[in-house]
Amino acid sequence: MTEALLKIEDLAIDYPIAIGTVHAVRGVSLEVAPGETLGIVGESGSGKSTLGLAVLRLVRAPGKISGGRVLFEGRDLASLPENEMRKVRGKDIAMVFQNPLTSLNPLMRIDKHFLEVLKTHKPELKPAEAMTLIKEILNDLGIEERRMRAYPHQLSGGMRQRIMIGLGLILRPKLVICDEPTTALDVIVEAGFIDLLKRLQKDFQLTIVVITHNLGLVAELADRIAVLYAGKVVEDAPAASIFHEPLHPYTQGLISCVPNIDLDQEKLTTMEGSPPGLVDPPLGCAFAPRCPLVMGRCRLQEPELIEHRSGHKAACWRITHAE
Amino acid sequence: MPNDVSSGSPLLEVTNLVKEFPVRKNPFDKALAGQDLKVHAVDGVSFSLKKGEVLGLAGESGSGKSTTGRLALRLLDPTSGSVKFEGIDLTTLGTEELRRLRPRIQMVFQDPLSSLSPRMSIGAAIRHGLDIHDVGVAAERDDQVRHLMESVGLTPADFLFRKYPHQISGGQAQRVVIARALALNPDFLVADEPIAMADVSVRALIMELLKKLKEEHDLTYLFITHDLATAKYLCDRVAVMYLGRIVEIGPKDEVFRRPHHPYTKALLNAVPVPDPNRRRTHELPRGEIPSAVFPPAGCHFHPRCPFATPACEQERPPMRDLGSGHQSACLLN
Repeated sequence: MTEALLKIEDLAIDYPIAIGTVHAVRGVSLEVAPGETLGIVGESGSGKSTLGLAVLRLVRAPGKISGGRVLFEGRDLASLPENEMRKVRGKDIAMVFQNPLTSLNPLMRIDKHFLEVLKTHKPELKPAEAMTLIKEILNDLGIEERRMRAYPHQLSGGMRQRIMIGLGLILRPKLVICDEPTTALDVIVEAGFIDLLKRLQKDFQLTIVVITHNLGLVAELADRIAVLYAGKVVEDAPAASIFHEPLHPYTQGLISCVPNIDLDQEKLTTMEGSPPGLVDPPLGCAFAPRCPLVMGRCRLQEPELIEHRSGHKAACWRITHAE
Repeated sequence: MPNDVSSGSPLLEVTNLVKEFPVRKNPFDKALAGQDLKVHAVDGVSFSLKKGEVLGLAGESGSGKSTTGRLALRLLDPTSGSVKFEGIDLTTLGTEELRRLRPRIQMVFQDPLSSLSPRMSIGAAIRHGLDIHDVGVAAERDDQVRHLMESVGLTPADFLFRKYPHQISGGQAQRVVIARALALNPDFLVADEPIAMADVSVRALIMELLKKLKEEHDLTYLFITHDLATAKYLCDRVAVMYLGRIVEIGPKDEVFRRPHHPYTKALLNAVPVPDPNRRRTHELPRGEIPSAVFPPAGCHFHPRCPFATPACEQERPPMRDLGSGHQSACLLN
């Protein structure tokens, strides 16, 4: 593998609450190579959004990074002074959030949103140059120039989401983190957004991290997928391997409980129970209480994320034992 | 079960249902339009459901699918058209008559937590309908509720009975809402996106539950969803809506294997497939869904349709029979 653009090492994030501390992310290690699209998949409470926020150091207080490193081009973002970090945000790493209506300012026209970003990061730009840049990006997004003067509420959901990605891209970042980018979108608009993202990735040579619960979305977009469960990566493999030869029982369950329009399914696999609370995480494997293949060891000792095949890592005692 | 689906008169028959909502706009807009502006939410929808059948109502936001669901239970009054349940026209019933019919027609809403009272324990919430309609003996109702809770997988029922909505998980809340709808042993259920807010693994559980309940209770339901893969998994027949109209309806195998309407095809093409080996280029309709205040003339889909002809701009395409109960509203072959 080429040198990773983003390398997360043993990252831990805690949220202190009244009754203790929520260990939302518990020692996550991930790498993203330049030009790659990594999908981070998990259900609510798996820590996936927190992980995305942590890369930009946007975890809201009292939540904090309690251990590990976030290396971006070799620099540890977790220990960067805030004024340095501010230069990274937007310029090197952009974030596209879930709900474009709450991320755009309802009182600001679209062009003002772009101007604000440009003024902050490129104060040397002349107004005319800024306008040229804005027109260029709108063109890339397939949005008419006249929409610059619109307010967010005057645009459709799909257009707002395209504006969001445009705001992320106008500074030509190297890495874009998309947190549930299509959750608020309809099917056809979602498909359009996926196509747009693929095209922009090529044109802008982007590295993308997509955080989602939508397996269809990562199947369409990701080169590699990391599956998160209870704040840990349980499996990390090329996208096709995750869908066709998943190793971890949780991944297996997750894949086969999604209806597939291309198949005639008689029954979906179901997983009873719910993820453990993370104030006092279980001693062994967090999935053990729900796992159909659980063994004695699983409840006592935590399995490590081990490479079982080339580029295919999983954290499960069953696999270790089978080998 | 599907074997006797083809026989007998329909349990529910919806004919030419129309619902318009007034738009309050400034006088200038009104003058410009020369008329009172209206949202044409449902624009002449007809379908029927036989006993034991599940019809999926699929469409994007703004297609009128939820409004149709509400009209089918007369939670809204239609502008025109009729909804017949066992031959009785719901649209002409008085409040008291409708109230007597309510136990037989029930609804499951999308967001379980916002449709449960935070101040009512979940046992009380499920029991509420039984009390209102005075079903059975009051002293036995709690037992009835526990039994129901067990059948939808809310176990241990005794423990959960006294819990409040904020103390249970989202998946459990969805089961409470389903149990509440089933408490009165309805014949007909409208489920409006009952799994849209749930996590992937919870969705599968709810879908399996809905399937089991259909088989055990011979339940007839209208399943409203934006997710065609779910519709395919759960429904016997599927109707696809676009801008207030049904553009295609038929048995699910027909609609999914041999889609006829260009909009259905576009929709099917856009559904993400959970399989990285089947990535495809999307051929998507141009533009976006037009406003339901000013729907296009003729076929609503014509401005976005790659095959549109001048005729499509003029006349509303009638529903055409394609055989095997498959119908499509498209002028083209």
